[in-house]
Formats: sequence, structure tokens, C-alpha cells
Amino acid sequence: MSKRIEVNDLNVYYGKFKAVEDVSMLIEPRSVTAFIGPSGCGKSTFIRTLNRMHEVIPGAYVEGQVLIDGDDLYGPGVDPVLVRRQVGMVFQRPNPFPTMSIRDNVLAGVKLNNRRISKSDADELVERSLRGANLWNEVKDRLERPGASISGGQQQRLCIARAIAVEPEVILMDEPCSALDPISTLAIEDLIEELKQDYTIVIVTHNMQQASRVSDRTAFFNIAGTGHPGKLIEYDDTRIIFSNPSVKATEDYVSGKFG
Amino acid sequence: MTATEAPPQTTPLKAKQRLGDIVFSRTSLASGAAILVILALVAVFLIAQSLPALVVDPEKFIGSPPSLWDYVWPLVFGTLWSSALALAMALPLAVGIALFISHYAPRRLSQFLGYIIDLLAAVPSVVYGLWGIGVLAPAVLPAYAWLTENLGWIPLFSGPVSGTGRTILTASIVLGVMILPVMTAICREIFLQTPVLHEEAALALGATRWEMITMSVLPFGRPGIISGAMLGLGRALGETMAVAMVLSPTAIVSFALLQSTNPSTIAANIALSFPESYGVNVNLLIFTGLVLFVITLIVNSIARYIVNRRKDFSGAN
Ligand SMILES: Nc1ncnc2c1ncn2[C@@H]1O[C@H](COP(=O)(O)OP(=O)(O)O)[C@@H](O)[C@H]1O
Ligand SMILES: [Mg+2]
Repeated sequence: MSKRIEVNDLNVYYGKFKAVEDVSMLIEPRSVTAFIGPSGCGKSTFIRTLNRMHEVIPGAYVEGQVLIDGDDLYGPGVDPVLVRRQVGMVFQRPNPFPTMSIRDNVLAGVKLNNRRISKSDADELVERSLRGANLWNEVKDRLERPGASISGGQQQRLCIARAIAVEPEVILMDEPCSALDPISTLAIEDLIEELKQDYTIVIVTHNMQQASRVSDRTAFFNIAGTGHPGKLIEYDDTRIIFSNPSVKATEDYVSGKFG
Repeated sequence: MTATEAPPQTTPLKAKQRLGDIVFSRTSLASGAAILVILALVAVFLIAQSLPALVVDPEKFIGSPPSLWDYVWPLVFGTLWSSALALAMALPLAVGIALFISHYAPRRLSQFLGYIIDLLAAVPSVVYGLWGIGVLAPAVLPAYAWLTENLGWIPLFSGPVSGTGRTILTASIVLGVMILPVMTAICREIFLQTPVLHEEAALALGATRWEMITMSVLPFGRPGIISGAMLGLGRALGETMAVAMVLSPTAIVSFALLQSTNPSTIAANIALSFPESYGVNVNLLIFTGLVLFVITLIVNSIARYIVNRRKDFSGAN
């Protein structure tokens, strides 16, 4: 179910502004890859190019290639809608649909494009997805309550359940814990550990401990100053990035000297 | 708390009254009260002036109706029917235009369209009435004739077709055009406020643009759509000139859209009849005004109820 991602010479633009420059990297299936780096260095911008969410912003575009198991996401005739089904995304702030019940939130992606699903299949999928997101026991008695009626941490896990319900190949998470309390954060980190069995996971995080706890590989991005594009500085096994990085800036950043 | 508690504060902090706060709170209180007073005064006037019409023998009314209700009911019906038709035609259009402006059109075009819509709202209703008589009624005649011939078996379109085109459907179209701008403007504003967060949630799941709109924009905008519809409906219910000019009224209750006999509306009837009214007929007209007042209140309460009913799910938290 999970796939490998290959990025070749990617430049990312907002109109005339080049936000990320010349990124190449290889992300293995069934692994967790963390993106770290100071604010504004383009982590969010870059991760959003992996499911073509970047181009949703007016004037935004990319140059270069993103291959998922060899297929270029940006090739001619590729439908971004189908790309986003394959590559799910969890955002910084939990964003369940407030007008839908918890159950309907889980099913939201599945019901797109007029796909029909029987009641029993739907029930089963809701339970499986919520269990997959470690949320089932907490919400099984109130599936018809609004999606926004649960705590922030639960909402974020609901968003993860919604993402895995469509069975994507890859799950992108942009600082999924930054709006959550420490307990909820731990719950999500445990969940990432489990999801790794089935999915390729890419996570942006501000939290160094989190990166070292959950990820197998870590990419450090940096920026020369405002107005300059962000660049991939170093990309290696998480262990090496945090113990013995080869670039001075990486070492300074992970040891807390700046950022 | 422990037993060795700090002694109670001897000089309690006193809230300082600031001039700005006082002025502001008094002004807003006064404005709020003024609304209620004005409303109450209008209601008192309507009720007091209506009373004579309630007690007098209906024989004395113009046209000698068997009872007060025989006079009022066709007007109430005409008012509700024409407004409902106008709303049914204008609301989908308003939502569509607003969506186009907020989510489809390129920025330049959407600004231009927004400007045009606001301009439409500034046209006085007499002009719409003239347009209804002079342009719309003749223009729709062939379509009406076709409808009665081919779809006449549907009661709505039953014949004989009006020879002038000045039917309740024409009046409703004029009303619809009149209420379109305000409804579009409100829908556009609320659609533009849809949180990007929710739009991106839908898109990231693989929603097409239209699916994104049905999943996030429309549910978020629902209270705004309803408020806009109610503002439009309120305007349609009370609209006087356009209807008075387009329709030549008959005191009937009929759903037929294309015939030459059409019910009038309360507001149009007041405008047309008032100049020639005397004595208790004036009270009668004022009573119909009271009925319109009550209808509008009911319509607004229903809207409030609908908006509040699913508050949990509104996302306003
Ligand atoms: N919607 C946008 N339009 C224009 N520029 C943007 C937009 N979003 C982000 N940027 C710019 O792109 C750069 C990278 O931002 P971002 O990817 O959000 O950084 P990070 O997530 O690493 O903090 C910043 O200079 C930021 O100002
Ligand atoms: Mg970011």
C-alpha cells in the first residue's frame, strides 16, 4: 500500500517569489521522514508539493519532478484530485468539517465522486479507521455528534482517521501536534509509529525531540535570510542528523543554537 | 486553602469608570431601545387603526365582501405566492452568482461583477416596475403562450393565457430581479469568509472544486444564505411599486401563473386603493398592513429557528 517518493530538482514558487530551491530527495516506503528547520524555510511549502496542494494558492507553481513509484505527479494529464486521494494530508490545526458528524467526517473522503457505500460497509470502515487512529474507544458512543464537539487532540486523530479511510499510499503531516497538549501529542506520536507499518509518512515538526522519537530519516531545511529561498541542507538517518551531522548548520540547529 | 489565610484585602479594587466606556455603552443601549420603541409605536398605530375594521359590518367595505377575511385572504395569498415565486427563482441564481464571484471567477472579473451587483441594488423600484411593463411583459408573452399550449395540463400553467403578459409570474420575475442583488451580496460575503482550513480539508481528501464547495463552503455559508433569503423575502413581501405597476389585480386565490386574473399583494393593494379610500376602508387597508407586519415577523422567526436549530454543527465555535 505504501510507495516510495522521489523528488528531483524541485523549485517551488509563489508567483515571482521562489520559496524553495532545488530539492532532491528519496523517501522510502513504510518509513517516517521528518522535516525540520527554522520558521519560514519552506517546510510547509515543500510538503504541500507532494500532494499538489501547493497549487491551490493562486499564482503558486513548481518546477521539477515528484515521482511516486516512478509516476510523475506533475506529468501532463495528471489529475491533482486523484493525486490527493493517493497522498493524504493532516494539517497543523485540526480541521474536521464542523457541519458533519464524527461518522460523516470519517466517511467524507470515501463518499467523494458519488461513490456509494452500503451502510454495513460504512459502519465497518468507520470503525476500522477510528481504531486505526486510536480514537474508536473515545468516540464510539457519540458518532453522530458534531466533528467539532471533541477535544483538539481527538479532532486531530479524527482528521487522521479521515485521511486513512480513503487508504492513501502516503500520509503528509504538517506540524500535526503544534496545536495540541503534551498528552495528545504523545497519542499522535504513538499513532505515527503504528501507521508506519502500512504507510509512507512525512511529517513536518518544530519539535526536535519529536523528530528524533518518531522518524527514521530527517531532512534539515534552512534559509539564508528573508526573501531567499529555503534549501535542503542535509538529509540522512535521524540518528546521524542528531548525533553526527556533516553540516555545521545542522549541528547548530539540532543542538538549539538557533531556530 | 490553609488556615493561615492572608487577611481580606482592606482596600478592594474599585472598577474605574471611563468616560469612553460610559458614552459607548449608553449610546448602544439607547439605539437598542430606540428600535424597540419604534417597532412598538408602529405596532400600536397599526392595531389602533385596525380596530374599527374589525368591529364594523363587512357590508360597508368596498366591494361588500361577505366578511373581513374574504377581503384579506386573497391579498395574503397573493403576497405569499408572489414572494415565494420570486424567492424560488432568485435564490438559486443568487447562490450561483455568489459562488462564481467567490470561487470561480478570476479576481478582476469578480470585482467587476460585484460592482455590477451592487449597482443593481441601487436601482429604484419604479424603474423595475417600468421595465416589467415595458420590456419584460411583452418579451415573455410568446413563452407564456407556449407554456399554456404544451404544459397547460399542469395547473400552474393552465390557460387561457393573459394577452398582456402582465401576470403574477411576470410580477414575481420583477420581484426576483429586485431581491437578487442583496441576496447575492450577502451570499458572496459569507462564501468569501469560509475558513481556508475547511476548504483545504476537502481538497486534500481529493475533492473536486464543486465537491469542496458542497463540503465546506455551502455548509459554512448556510446561515448566511438563509439570512440573505429572508432579507430578500422581506423585501419581496413589502414591495409596492413594482407589483402595483405590473399587475391588474382581481380578488381571487389562484395558483395559475399565466392567466389574466391575478391576486394582488397587500402592499400593492394599499398603494393602489389608498388614494380613493375613505372612512372605514382606510381602517381596512391599515388592517391589511398589520397582517403584512405579522407575516414578516413570522417569516423572520422561522428563519431564526432554522439558523439556530443546528447550531452545534455550525462551526461557529
Ligand atoms: N500563501 C503564500 N503566499 C506567498 N508566500 C508564502 C505563502 N505561504 C508561505 N509563503 C512564504 O514562503 C516561505 C516559506 O514558508 P513556509 O513554507 O510556510 O515555511 P515553514 O513552514 O518552514 O515555516 C516564507 O517566506 C513564506 O513567507
Ligand atoms: Mg509551516
